[in-house]
Amino acid sequence: MPDLRTEEFVVNMGPHHPSTHGVCRLILTMDGEKVLKIVPVVGYLHRSLEKICENRTYPQCIPILDRFEYVTAMSCNYVFSLAAERLAEIEVPERAEYLRVIMLELNRIASHLIFYGVTAMDIGALTPFLYGLREREMIMDLFEMTCGQRLTFNYIRIGGVAKDIPAEFIPYCRKTVSVIREKLNDYEGLLNENPIWLVRNKNIGVLPPDVGIAYGVSGPSLRASGVDYDLRRDDPYSIYDRFDWKVATRSNGDCYDRYLVRLDEIKQSVRIIEQALDGLPEGPVKAKVSPNFKPPEGETYARVENSRGELGVYIQSDGTKKPYRVKTRGGSFNQLQVLPVIGTGGLIADLVAIFASLDIILPEVDR
Amino acid sequence: MIWPVAFAELRPIFDWLYDMVSSTGLPEPWLSVVIYTGLGAMMFGVLAVLALYLVWWERKISAHIQQRFGPMRHGWHGWYQTIMDAIKLLQKEHVDVATRDKFVFFWAPVMCFVAAFLAYVTIPFGEGLIVADLNIGVLYIMAVTTFTIISLLMAGWGSNNKYALLGGMRSAAQVVSYEVPMVASILVVVVFAGSLSMVDIVRAQDGMFYNWFIFRLPFGPIAFLTYIVAATAEANRTPFDIPEAEQELVAGFNIEYSGMKFAMFFLAEFVNMFTVSAIAVTLFLGGWNGVFLPSWFWFLLKTFAVVLLLMLFRWTYPRLRVDQLMEFAWKFLVPLTFANLILGAWMKYAGWYW
Repeated sequence: MPDLRTEEFVVNMGPHHPSTHGVCRLILTMDGEKVLKIVPVVGYLHRSLEKICENRTYPQCIPILDRFEYVTAMSCNYVFSLAAERLAEIEVPERAEYLRVIMLELNRIASHLIFYGVTAMDIGALTPFLYGLREREMIMDLFEMTCGQRLTFNYIRIGGVAKDIPAEFIPYCRKTVSVIREKLNDYEGLLNENPIWLVRNKNIGVLPPDVGIAYGVSGPSLRASGVDYDLRRDDPYSIYDRFDWKVATRSNGDCYDRYLVRLDEIKQSVRIIEQALDGLPEGPVKAKVSPNFKPPEGETYARVENSRGELGVYIQSDGTKKPYRVKTRGGSFNQLQVLPVIGTGGLIADLVAIFASLDIILPEVDR
Repeated sequence: MIWPVAFAELRPIFDWLYDMVSSTGLPEPWLSVVIYTGLGAMMFGVLAVLALYLVWWERKISAHIQQRFGPMRHGWHGWYQTIMDAIKLLQKEHVDVATRDKFVFFWAPVMCFVAAFLAYVTIPFGEGLIVADLNIGVLYIMAVTTFTIISLLMAGWGSNNKYALLGGMRSAAQVVSYEVPMVASILVVVVFAGSLSMVDIVRAQDGMFYNWFIFRLPFGPIAFLTYIVAATAEANRTPFDIPEAEQELVAGFNIEYSGMKFAMFFLAEFVNMFTVSAIAVTLFLGGWNGVFLPSWFWFLLKTFAVVLLLMLFRWTYPRLRVDQLMEFAWKFLVPLTFANLILGAWMKYAGWYW
């Protein structure tokens, strides 16, 4: 029998593909089912947000940055406000800090719930997606009653928050977090011990901690590799040091641990929100900031821990009311960089699982 | 008289139809042709409507599992939603890829559709309610249901699309692998019934429910479970739906198909699901056997119960990876079913059964 002639073939996975979470394009060189080479092509969602910010005043930049990472838009609002406040040395009222923490953590939960559903869907289980979105819907209701928006909030402003929460917010928020805490058992019961889920996720896409650090991976994806690093604790901002919570870590660094870390983070966020609701003081929610906000000349870099890792904004100010330069840094970009490293050599199904477990979203990659 | 079997409950209707056809005075070979064509068309109509309703049913079940409503607009709880969908798909333009292999691309959905219906020739819907009681019934069903993979391969190849080709190759590998444990678990039943005829197999399970092959300990439940697993794979359903894994291959083999060609694949999938459930009922769950109610009612009731089980699998489980799927078939199911077959054959030989 003559030798069978086989050849590698190139598949364009994306930009229109159900599991690339947006418009990512991966050029895959494949040998049958096996992925030999991955080349991510980014930029399909580039909106030149950084450049647009240079032509806007500081308060006008915040709704632009909402679109930077729209799954956790609160963090984007917050990180820009934080940088501007550091430049101008603005003192933020106590109540505003508490409200910011509540919103940030609610948004983190919402993002992780999307992660839960989408990851399950990428592995082929269609039902958890609806379960995740069901609880996210309650959080969206909370945001809607607070700022009228469900996705791009423009709520956290320089010097505080846009306005105070309505009266019905606190009881509904308490109900939401207790429902989420209760439903987490359902989520875990549906997938955690499922044998198919285990074989699809355990020991798949192992990210060694040194590789993760070398590629700048941060957030839950890095904590799953055993690196105990969380900006909320290690580079404290806002009032996270007042609450009793733990940094969730795991040690294996595979898809399953990345999934577990995010579920653990939901639990910690629930704890933070409950404590913040208990300690919520009365008072103003916004420091006095002129509409013609002009920070002094200088530069600063602010970073926060959002659901996908380190989210940073670098602002260079020339003393006018428009920033001279804005540079953003999102966790997804680095996680997409590390995808070829840990995804090569696996099957195409593994690649989908790894892509989902790194929780990459494309607006953050492409800016 | 050319009736192969008696249609017990529906006899008067069939007699009336037969009289009507025979009163035209056609000579004998043509009369058979007309009658069998009519019978086939009737079967086809019933199964096409059934497939449409399985689609609706699946949508409702998935919706209720996922805390949604599902179709609600067309009629009571959307009962004619899928009919409207089918009408819409019929009206749609066929988008054909320029680089397709015309012959293969066109005939793949037709073949898939036809292959899905062929198995119903030997499925006993009730006592005497069978088109042809072949003495090699089980063998025939195994042969024609495997036909489907040829059509999936054709679709994958003919589309000239890499995802479709991967899907077609996956389905070929999968169905060929799962055919082995499926046949091995069915053979246990054949050994005990002592016949390949579907009617004889049902007759071997006469009486109360403990006579069903699923309750013949210890081999019956094992054979049933392995059959259900293999059948899920055979019908390309989650957790074994890798040929059309939409998150990996977008839609797999049917990626380039649109309109009614797509609908033919889609309906064939549901017909296949009903087929494997009907076979499971016939072989393991006593077929039409039951008390008080008519035999066809019992058959349909049991079949729908098995269909429901397959649907619950789909909306609960994630999908296996392609190599894990193969490992599961060859390293676990095949040894298990063959051990079970040997055990069953030995018990039959030793007479340790009731």
